Amino acid sequence: MKWDICDPSVQYLLHLGDDALILGHRLSEWCGHGPVLEEDIALSNIALDLVGLARQYYQLAAERVGGGCTEDDLAYWRSDREFRNHVLVEQPNGDFADTMARQLFFDAFHYLQLEALQNSGDAQVAAIARKALKETTYHAEHSADWVVRLGDGTEESRRRMAAALERFLPFTAELFTPAEVDRVAFERGWGPDVASLKGPWDHLVLEVLQKATLERPEVPHKLLRGKSGIHSESLGFLLAEMQSLPRAYPDATW
Amino acid sequence: MAPTVDLEARFLDYVAAENKVEPKDWMPDAYRKTLVRQISQHAHSEIVGMLPEANWITRAPSLRAKLILLAKVQDEGGHGLYLYSAAETLGTSRDQMVDDLLTGKAKYSSIFNYPTLTWADMGAVGWLVDGAAIQNQVMLCRTSYGPYSRAMVRICKEESFHQRQGYEIMMHLARGTQEQKAMAQDALNRWWWPSLMMFGPSDDKSPNSAQSMAWRIKRKSNDDLRQEFIDKTVPQAEFIGLTIPDPDLKWNEERGHYDFGAIDWTEFFAVVAGNGPCNTERLEARRKAHADGAWVREAATAYAAKHSARRAAPSPAASKAHAA
Amino acid sequence: MSTPEQWPLWEVFVRSKNGLSHKHSGSLHAPDAEMALKNARDVYTRRSEGTSIWVVPSSAIVASAPDEKEVLFTPSDDKVYRHPTFYEIPDEVGHM
Repeated sequence: MKWDICDPSVQYLLHLGDDALILGHRLSEWCGHGPVLEEDIALSNIALDLVGLARQYYQLAAERVGGGCTEDDLAYWRSDREFRNHVLVEQPNGDFADTMARQLFFDAFHYLQLEALQNSGDAQVAAIARKALKETTYHAEHSADWVVRLGDGTEESRRRMAAALERFLPFTAELFTPAEVDRVAFERGWGPDVASLKGPWDHLVLEVLQKATLERPEVPHKLLRGKSGIHSESLGFLLAEMQSLPRAYPDATW
Repeated sequence: MAPTVDLEARFLDYVAAENKVEPKDWMPDAYRKTLVRQISQHAHSEIVGMLPEANWITRAPSLRAKLILLAKVQDEGGHGLYLYSAAETLGTSRDQMVDDLLTGKAKYSSIFNYPTLTWADMGAVGWLVDGAAIQNQVMLCRTSYGPYSRAMVRICKEESFHQRQGYEIMMHLARGTQEQKAMAQDALNRWWWPSLMMFGPSDDKSPNSAQSMAWRIKRKSNDDLRQEFIDKTVPQAEFIGLTIPDPDLKWNEERGHYDFGAIDWTEFFAVVAGNGPCNTERLEARRKAHADGAWVREAATAYAAKHSARRAAPSPAASKAHAA
Repeated sequence: MSTPEQWPLWEVFVRSKNGLSHKHSGSLHAPDAEMALKNARDVYTRRSEGTSIWVVPSSAIVASAPDEKEVLFTPSDDKVYRHPTFYEIPDEVGHM
């Protein structure tokens, strides 16, 4: 990366943007392959919202980096060690229940995060959050709708949904474990103390699980440090695909 | 009861006078069958057509390009949905139509059996394939069957950005580095002839054409549409410095149209018969999505059945207030 | 009719802005009313055309049935002379 991205406010924006971009990218992989046409369209809408949100964070970050840095420089020219997203969002899609479990967990967190960010001391972040909150409310309804239907649907869907919760719940501890980027953001008044979001998150998720007649699985938490740039092996492949064109033709503009 | 032949002749007069036919109106059986075949084929083309472009969503070279491509492919899903809905008004269920696609009984536009190999193909598909499709769709906005015509009006309104974004990609590439320009020309070379084939065989070899014209389902002949498309597209290629891969292409002052070389219809019929480069992959992908989604669709139905009691209609007064 | 795998059909009506009435936009498949509303939002208001959406099960719509002769063909009924079969031409004359 030829740009200096060490500035803490840039790091925080990258963290926020990376979650949105990587999850949006994963959801976009469903496009053309959804379980039913109507759902294909719904998943694409959510992916569009998320990639659109990532652009807003990156544009702001690029402006602060200065010197002509662009949103695409930040998305396409950082290595996986420089990405600051949660490990949860980079996990492969799995089946539709897996995608909905990952989505439910992230949407609930994202909703609470944006709610707090509306009052961010960083006025530009607050403005982005206010707009995104509306979209995210819809995302959270969408994933909750599906978790409820799959949990309380057929035997097969119930089994798959329960397995999906078990697969992704261990990734959620990272959401509430402050990393350097969170600590700095909290100290400077840009973002919430993520540990404080755990209670409300538990409440939101439990409410959905109860409607879905599903138990919250008892699973140990994974030790994850995606926010510090230590990711799962899958992110490298995701980025290799995503970044391939600009890197194959470094002199080209698109 | 008037004899059927009489009704059919009157029906011809009726549509010839530019009247629209609506779902519950009487229509000849063959008209209904032709429409179901054509509309569902059109819907399948939108759905299968998502695949070659979705192939590049995860590799779009900029965030802007990623958003545009995703929105475009999503639109195609929406268009497929509008068209399935239009066909359903004729009494054929979407399930049946999807089944016909997956078993290979129904066709879709054979253009989607070609691979998308480079980013320039996203440009060529938007510019040429959508361009050719729009040529056809604009005509179909005036088709005689009401629901089809209304779906087309909606689709044309939404499609307008599709061709422009494709051309924009080509323009950027054609004005970019040597490698980008070569990529653009290569894409044009590969997509040009298949795009011309999209309009279908010549009118003298297209037996259903005349009947469709009489029914006002179709408003222009395959050859006329193809000529319009070529006349429109050649100057667009010249403008960005790309060469149409047809040595016989020449402006004919007398005709006021471009003359063009012979189309290789053996290739067209081979692809239609299932032997194009990607026929197998495209159908496989649709079958897999459908099969993998079966338990999801069943689950939602089971849930709805369990909870239908709770959703029973509220009192009339309450529902009136709610609806307003 | 719907099978476990095929969801029922819903008709979608969208009010594109306040002051206008809801207008039929099209239809879609959904397992229940809640999902039908959400799908309608995704499918029919992708370009944010709507301020209010109604969804109605297609099976709940009662439609008048046009009489096959009288409604569709009324215009030509009183102008039978415009109709080719009005004229009796002997078969021997051939196609005309």
